[in-house]
Amino acid sequence: MNIIVCIKQVPETTEVRINPETNTLIREGVKSIINPFDMYAIEEGIRLKEKFGGKTTVITMGPPQAEQALREAISMGIDEGLLISDKAFAGSDTWATSFTLTCAIKKIGVFDLILCGKQASDGDTAQVGPGISAHLDIPQVTYVKKIEEVKDNFMRVERMMEEGFEIIETPLPALLTVVKEINEPRLPSLRGLMRAKQAKITLWTQKELNLDPQKIGLAGSPTQVIKIFTPPPRTGGQMLTGETQEIADKLVGLLKDEVH
Amino acid sequence: MPIQIIVEKCTGCSLCIKACPFDAIRMMDRLESRGLASDSQSHKKAVIDLGKCNLCGACVPACKLKAVVLEEGEKPAPNSSLKDYKGIWVFIEQKNGNIQSVSYELLGKAQELARKLNTQVSGVLICNDVGDQIDSLIWHGADNIYLVQAPELANFQDEPYTNILIKLIQKYKPEIFLCGATAIGRSLVSRVAVTINAGLTADCTGLDIEPERKVLLQTRPAFGGNIMATIISPNHRPQMATVRHKVMQPQAADKHRKGKIIRESFESSLYASRTKLLDIVEEVETLVNLAEADIIVSGGRGLGAQENFKLLEELAHVLGAAVGASRATVDSGWMPYSHQVGQTGRTVAPKLYIACGISGQIQHLVGMQSSKIIVAINKDPDAPIFKVATYGIVADLFQIIPALTKKFKEVLKK
Repeated sequence: MNIIVCIKQVPETTEVRINPETNTLIREGVKSIINPFDMYAIEEGIRLKEKFGGKTTVITMGPPQAEQALREAISMGIDEGLLISDKAFAGSDTWATSFTLTCAIKKIGVFDLILCGKQASDGDTAQVGPGISAHLDIPQVTYVKKIEEVKDNFMRVERMMEEGFEIIETPLPALLTVVKEINEPRLPSLRGLMRAKQAKITLWTQKELNLDPQKIGLAGSPTQVIKIFTPPPRTGGQMLTGETQEIADKLVGLLKDEVH
Repeated sequence: MPIQIIVEKCTGCSLCIKACPFDAIRMMDRLESRGLASDSQSHKKAVIDLGKCNLCGACVPACKLKAVVLEEGEKPAPNSSLKDYKGIWVFIEQKNGNIQSVSYELLGKAQELARKLNTQVSGVLICNDVGDQIDSLIWHGADNIYLVQAPELANFQDEPYTNILIKLIQKYKPEIFLCGATAIGRSLVSRVAVTINAGLTADCTGLDIEPERKVLLQTRPAFGGNIMATIISPNHRPQMATVRHKVMQPQAADKHRKGKIIRESFESSLYASRTKLLDIVEEVETLVNLAEADIIVSGGRGLGAQENFKLLEELAHVLGAAVGASRATVDSGWMPYSHQVGQTGRTVAPKLYIACGISGQIQHLVGMQSSKIIVAINKDPDAPIFKVATYGIVADLFQIIPALTKKFKEVLKK
């Protein structure tokens, strides 16, 4: 089974906090990590390969330093890394990003399965995964929490919904986006770390991909960000003190309009 | 170079550094910017690290001297055919024939936007049978209902629903298309938007019309709500957005409102799906589902053990609330993952969120800090949860929660 895992490098959001005095983001020492949901996609890709053989490729689009994320995936057990990076791709929204990734996937050629995390922790859009399957015109199942069975050219999966889950059968090739419940990502082994250090990362720029300039980067993005602002930070409110009964009475009094 | 600093205008005031959400700007003197040792004599100017910059443009208005210039690239000129697109559409989500509350919320918002554009609101309903709920959609703000009905459309499936929406959008050309940011909605409209080459903004919490160009202003949180971005799709139609639950208000039902029902049907090949929905499993352990809940009672490690979630369930039962859980309790196996609130779980914004024994790590806060009222109960007065709490209680939750349950029971006469 040939598996492509799409990942994104994101700032470790724990560090993104607002300085209450200046109302700006505190970014000193912000580490970059693999988007947490993508870790489950990487792990699932490795598990499927271990079970059914084949090859796993991890791809990311981003600045040159996103190479680090690919090496991290290789250290866990992914076979190959592909970095898509060019100034021409900067400013891409989810439309242009999914288009660019799709073109890279087509250039890779043969695959049975594409895995993505449910969404990225910085943008939270959950749009790039379905965007890729739409561009490729292959079936998709989002929010997958379990792969129940893989048989011939079919896969039976559980898709997490608001009030439970659905059991869905999809032919392959297909694209799945996965949630946390699907597995527990492994830590890299020592051998994996060594391999990741030496692994050759393939770089594809606009020169290799030769995409329509009207469909990439800022020009290829239907959406435009026109303003970014920090919301007024939520400030701590009122502390309720006293004996247990007294506190309960006070709180119920304060909340009586909210409950009914 | 898509973004530039005009060195002659830059005074090195650092305002752009504060505005940059990506930490891509540094103040450097001429030597430093060439990678040489600093010459502390000369003036420092802004330098943008294009590796980090994502061209969001936040620095442009921040610079009072207009020293930052963002080139818009070679955008196609606004297409005159954009004017052919009229009206606001809302995707009406139904599950099991029940119309979801987010659809009513969106109809309310759509009516408000329609007044500013002097246009109509239409609901798009794909289903098998929803009984008399269509009337209710009209009472809540739909002027038209586009109805596509067939037995094989009873449950959502990505491909047929996508195919139908594309056909309808191409035929009727709405200028705005809104959809709930639900599991179904986010998966469906991402596919639609890509196929019809439309701009899509996820998870909006604010929608408005820019008076001048009459475009949709879509405001959404990013970085877990730490920054907000306003987004437009000026040159593509429809302008598509998904909107979170509970953010918009449904308008009151007006039983005298009249609307038109427009039935559409297509050849059966359009309803075919490569994926097959084999079963829908409802997990009944939740009292109410988290996304739809007006009130959530949520528990953290402070509960000490799995069985103590019973305390929260009792309170939740009295309040008609859903039960949420912190990541720590889910990872310990005390609660199923479907209850997890936070960065790797669900994002919720109920009217009332009661956090019990949750310390409030940033990953939890980003999943619930948009709640209207937050009550925090924790033994540790320094717990970060108190920084976002509307009402904070430093106390033993094993005493306070039963007292609250009892008191609410009295007040609500349950």
